[in-house]
Formats: sequence, structure tokens, C-alpha cells
Amino acid sequence: MNKLHVSILAAILTLLGFGIFSYKAFYLGFPLRPSDQTDAWVVEAHATFTGRNKPVKLEVLIPKNSHQFLIMDESFISRGFGLTTQDKQENRQAVWSIRRALGRQNLYYRALVRRNTLSSAPPKYKTPGLSASGYEGALLEAAKALVEEMRSKSADMESFVSRLIASIDATPGDPNVKLLLGRKFSSFKKVETAARVLAVALIPARVVHGIRLDRSTRYVEITYRLEVFDEGTWKSFDWQSRDLGASDDFLPWWRGTDPLVQIKGGDHADVKISVERYQEGAMAGVLEGSDPANPGLTSISLFHLPLEVQSIYRVLLLVPLGGFIVALIRSVIGLRTFGTFMPVLIALAFRETQLGWGIVLFSTLVALGLMFRFYFEHLKLMLVPRLAAILTVVVLLMALVSLLTHKLGLMLGLSVALFPMVIVTMTIERMSTVWDELGAQHALRQGCSSLLCAAVVYLIITVKAVEHLVFTFPELLLVLLAACLMLGRYTGYRLLEYLRFRALLKVGE
Amino acid sequence: MFKLSRRFAQIGLLGLNKRNIDFIAAYNSRSLYPLVDDKVLTKELARKAGLTVPELFFTIEIQHQTRNLMALLRDHNDFVLKPSRGSGGEGVLVISGRMKDNFRASNGDLYSLDELSYYISRVLSGVFSLGGHPDKAICEYRVKYSSVFEKITYLGVPDVRIIVFQGVPVMSMVRLPTRGSQGKANLHQGAIGAGISIATGTTLSAVWRNEIIEEHPDTGSPVSGLKIPGWTDLLTLAAKSYELTGLGYIGADIVLDRDKGPMLLELNARPGLNIQLANQAGLLPRLKKTEQAIGKLKTLKDRVAFARENFL
Repeated sequence: MNKLHVSILAAILTLLGFGIFSYKAFYLGFPLRPSDQTDAWVVEAHATFTGRNKPVKLEVLIPKNSHQFLIMDESFISRGFGLTTQDKQENRQAVWSIRRALGRQNLYYRALVRRNTLSSAPPKYKTPGLSASGYEGALLEAAKALVEEMRSKSADMESFVSRLIASIDATPGDPNVKLLLGRKFSSFKKVETAARVLAVALIPARVVHGIRLDRSTRYVEITYRLEVFDEGTWKSFDWQSRDLGASDDFLPWWRGTDPLVQIKGGDHADVKISVERYQEGAMAGVLEGSDPANPGLTSISLFHLPLEVQSIYRVLLLVPLGGFIVALIRSVIGLRTFGTFMPVLIALAFRETQLGWGIVLFSTLVALGLMFRFYFEHLKLMLVPRLAAILTVVVLLMALVSLLTHKLGLMLGLSVALFPMVIVTMTIERMSTVWDELGAQHALRQGCSSLLCAAVVYLIITVKAVEHLVFTFPELLLVLLAACLMLGRYTGYRLLEYLRFRALLKVGE
Repeated sequence: MFKLSRRFAQIGLLGLNKRNIDFIAAYNSRSLYPLVDDKVLTKELARKAGLTVPELFFTIEIQHQTRNLMALLRDHNDFVLKPSRGSGGEGVLVISGRMKDNFRASNGDLYSLDELSYYISRVLSGVFSLGGHPDKAICEYRVKYSSVFEKITYLGVPDVRIIVFQGVPVMSMVRLPTRGSQGKANLHQGAIGAGISIATGTTLSAVWRNEIIEEHPDTGSPVSGLKIPGWTDLLTLAAKSYELTGLGYIGADIVLDRDKGPMLLELNARPGLNIQLANQAGLLPRLKKTEQAIGKLKTLKDRVAFARENFL
């Protein structure tokens, strides 16, 4: 009876899931595979500030059309604010103003950025006026000396700039460079210094702020390039490769040294930029309402959510899949893991740290944590205070690992902070309980199978096509639900039971 | 793989998935679990129903009561202290005598009164209970082990596990501690599991670390062919646990006392599957047979008789 009930329910869910899926895929034309073409991106700038119940004017720099990118479908989401967009020197800015604003305010700028396929050659400009370097006295002398040195070693403009970048970037720096950079310097300061030294050499140059359009990310980092005027065009130098490196996926946001956001009459102004790969072709057609006869299903697509929320759902929708894989590993293969969903959460953390590093960092954390746990055991603490103590140690260890790896110059170590610390704590606690009750062998075996399980989940949820499918067709989760229900009634042998009961095979032989 | 699966199905091996869904979930109501998870409750129920259990001397539920420990222990030189919700024999302290003001544990260690009350406060704080929940400490009669298993036991406590399905004892084994298991009676910790014929009460084959063995590795005596006296009493005691708890699929752990005969030590609502290895037989055919016949088995006697007729 029960079994029949579950089977019928699962069948209905499967039919429903696949039904909606095939309707969307074959009738509405939702794309089945993630598009390889990345000619278009949706960028979103999310500006926030705190109002003091006074008139506020918020200026945010926004990107403009160039020979590489076209800005299309701009939209500004700003309830109650007056809005103008204007040019400011070589940049564009949006100016939001309001009579009164109190408390935290959210404003959005969203645009579709398309690669400009019409004109490929950079446009010609008249030679721009040279901006002052702003150096005086010793600094000016240092800059001049640097220019002399570079000039003697270079043949043309390009090699001159490359050498300059190299000498500013060199770690046991040239004394002149040290003087110019000052004591504390950021990567922005380096680019800016290069531009100022070039001004001393009477070559027009400027800093370009921009973002990378290579994958969908929440909160992208702003990166810099150096633009140098040569033979009627602005040439863009990549800082890392020190040459006119590919700038195909670099979207210039603004030029010069202005800050991204300026505010009058408010506090804590901040702008975060997110990037989302735009679903070109079929998806775009579907979403732009090419089928007005049936707006129902297309209008409830997750693609209509704000970008930040979309990025969250791209991850969230993968969690049930991870849960199902863990269930499969536990009840069909028979591996034992610490906690049901611990491997899923660890796998999600691996997405940020990469698999190899993730396993190393996680094992290190748990091993160190276990040592402390055994020490605490001697102190005879009560359960909850002991857990809190372990949590504290875990967080301290995480900070320590980040610091150490940073000192060693391993940037990846910083991603240790992404491990869900409560999960690490609970893993340590459970592992030590198993250690006490069943012995070290069991604890280690269970720890390894948990990691193995997390690795399998990671490998599956990082497949691009999988992410695309569940995000474009969330109804497939109904099919997954059906599979979970069926798995819940699976009464067959577990794979590892063949090993466990192998002595029985001799019976009656 | 497919061949293996067929072979296991032929033997009637019960796997974990099937045990959980078709037997534990189907026959054991979750609301009844506390009756077996809390040994004080089990003992109380069993005593009321007239089953023999090790006598409960007293329980300690709050730290404060350890102050009266001397008075509580005045009449007892010989007792067992253990957690009420412990599992796998964790935290059991067996005291077999006194030495002036000190208590002598069965392994020869001496405990002062202060050490005993410290031990009890550890039990209360949940050190030995599953999940670390606060617990009660039990002080009970120390079983005087019968000499039946003397030759095939190394240290520790042999106990008889009987799987009872809807009141019918379907399979049984005795767990014999070894040097390797350090006196513990858990099969995966290295204890020996020897199947017992339900029909005759004699030990059958034995399994140790996944291998079939003939002799006890420490004592060298043959494990099989040992007849357990009063077997019907053991079966009856186990079968009664069904009425006692209402749980349809249960493992009853029974110990043999020199003077008082078989005693019910504890009940388990999720009994393990290793018993099949010890018996070299699958549980499924016996469970199916019981399911078919259960309608006709009206009384306790019927059920025990049915078991003795049908299960080797």
C-alpha cells in the first residue's frame, strides 16, 4: 500500500517535471545547453548609502559606449529619486537626488553590455592635452631619472611602457620607484604612478578602471589597466602581462582617478558590481517576450530576478541535487558520512577553494580541531560550552591558516574563510564521538568517506550543463523529488553489504 | 554483482535498507522507542510484568544525590554502576567487593568513594550516552555469571541476543568477548558471535572478524555444540518483551545468572544484522514464515513452540 502510494506519487511528480521541462524546452525554446557564446553580459551596480533625513545627491560613475562594448537596455531602479545621466570629462555618471532620505537606501543601475562587432579598429582621437603629473621637488627629480633610465633602454613607445610597468612592479624596487610609490601602496597606486611618470615624459596616459567579463560573479573586483596615447589612439596595457595584452573581456567602467561613488548629504555610500552571463540567442528570444500568446511560463522564469538573487539561486538549486547524491551514496553504496548534509556544504565550499586545496584545508582544519577537542576532553567540559570552545578554536585556526598562507604568498589559503565553520565544528565533535565510541579506525574511515562524498558532489555540481539545467528548468527538481521518494523506499542491498556479509556466501556451497 | 545479489537473496539475507523500511519502520512505532532506550523504564516495565531482571538498587538523577552515596551503598558490596541510556557497553563499572573504605572493580582497580561520585557525575553529564544528552546513573545487582560459557569466554560478559519478531523468537546468538575485544561483546570490536539453534539451544557455527571459526581464539575450546540449559525459559523471556513494549521487531539481550537463571538485560529497537553471519543464515525466510503464521499463534506458548519447531 505504502509502496504503491510512493510509486504513484513519484510517477506523477516525474510526469509533471518532465512535462513542464519538455514544454519549455521544445515548445517555448528554452536552451538545453549553456550557450558558449558570451557576447553579452548583464552588469548591475548596486549603490547603497545611509540617509540623514537631508537632501542627498549621489553620483555614481557608469560605463559608456566604446569601440569594444555597446551599452544597451540601461535601467535605473530608484524609487522616489530624481535621476540624470551626464558626461563628466571622459566619463559618464548617473546623478541621483532626493529631497529627504532617511536610513539605508538601495539604488540599482543595470545594463546589457554587448560586444561591439561592427567596428573593430580603435577610433582615432586628436592628441589630448597633457595632464600635469603633480610631482614636485624630489619626487619630480625621481620621476625624471626614471624616465631617463627607461628611455635609454627602450626602442619605442610600447617597450618604454612595458619597461616602466616592469620596474614599478619589481619587488626589490628601484629607489626612485620606492620614493614615488611611498610606503603603503595599492595596485591602484602603482597604475596611477605609471600614468604620472608618463606625464613627466610628456606622454598622455591615464588609469582605466573596469571589470572582467569572464564568468558570472556576485560582487566583482574592480581591476585597472593603463591607457597610453600613441599615434592617434589610446592603447591599453595590461598590468600583469605588461603589454598590450588581450583586453577582450575587460569592460572599462571609468577613466582617471575619480572615485566610483561620491555623495553629498549622506553616509556610507558604496557600490557593488555584479556580472551575469546573458543568455544569448534562444534564451534572449524567449525572455524578451517573443511569444506574447503565452506569457505565463516565461514570466515566472528565474531569469527575471535581480542579478544578486540569481547568483544565489544558481547555488541554492544545486543543494537538493547534492543532497540526493549523498542519499544515494549512503543507502545504495553504504558509505557512512558525518551528518547527512555536511558533505553537500563542504562541496559548496570546494566551489570557491577548488577541490585539491579544499581537501587539504579541510583536513588540516579538522585534524587541528580534533587535537584541541581531545585536549578539551581532559578538562571534562559540558557539551554546549565545549562546542562553543571548539567553534572558537576553529575560527582562530581558520584565521591562522589564512595568515600563514598569505605570508607564504599562497592566495588560495584565504579561501579557508569560506568553509562553513559550524559544519567544521560539528564534524570535529561527531568525529571525536565516533573516535571515543568505536575507535580511531572507524572515525578516520568515516571522515574519509565524508570527504570522498563531498568530492563526488563537488564534481557533479560544478558541471556547467548541470548548473544550467537546474537554473533554467527548476521543475527538474520535481523529478529529483520523485527520485528521492523512490530512494527512500529502496530495500535492496547496499554495495558494501556484499563485502560485509561475504562470509555468508560459503553457506550451502 | 548481479550474481552476488541473487545469491544473497537466495540465502535470505536481510540488508540494512530492508530492515529499516520493512521491519523497523513498519513494526516499531517511534513513540515506543523511549521504553527501550531508557534502561530504567525498561527495567520498571519488565519488573511489573514479572520478568526477571537484575534488581535495581537505586538511580541517581541529580548531582546533589551523590552526597548520600555512602548511605545508598551501605548494604551493597557487590553491584554495577551504569548509564541509563548508554550504548554498546560504554561506561559500565562493575564493583565486586570492598577493601576497607575502597571499592574493588572486577578488573582489580580500587575506587574511593570520591572517585565513584566523580564517575557518577560524568554519567549524569552525558559522557557515555549517545548524543551526549544528560543521563541518569543506575546502580543494580551484579549478575553472577553462570559457568555455561566459561570455557569460551575471555574476560567480560557473554550475552545471548535473541531477535524477536512479533513475539516470535526468530534467531539467536551468543556474543563471546575475546582478548581482542577487550572484554566487550560487540562483534565489530572483535567479539565472537556464535549462532544458537532456536530449536535445541545448542551453539552452532561461530564468526570472528568475518571468518568462520571452530575454536575460541584465546581459550582454544570448541565454540559449537554447547547446550544452553533452560533454553525454553530464555525463549519465553525474550518473547515476552513483545507484550512488554509493543515493538514488533526487537533484539532482547539476556544474561545467565548462576543463581537466578536467565535475566533480561536490555532491549534494542534497532538490532544489528551480524546475527546472520553468526548463524550462517539469512533472517528473511524466518521473518516471512512468521508473518504467514502469526495469525494462528494466539498465546505466548504457541509462539515459542512455533519457533522451536520451525527455526533450526
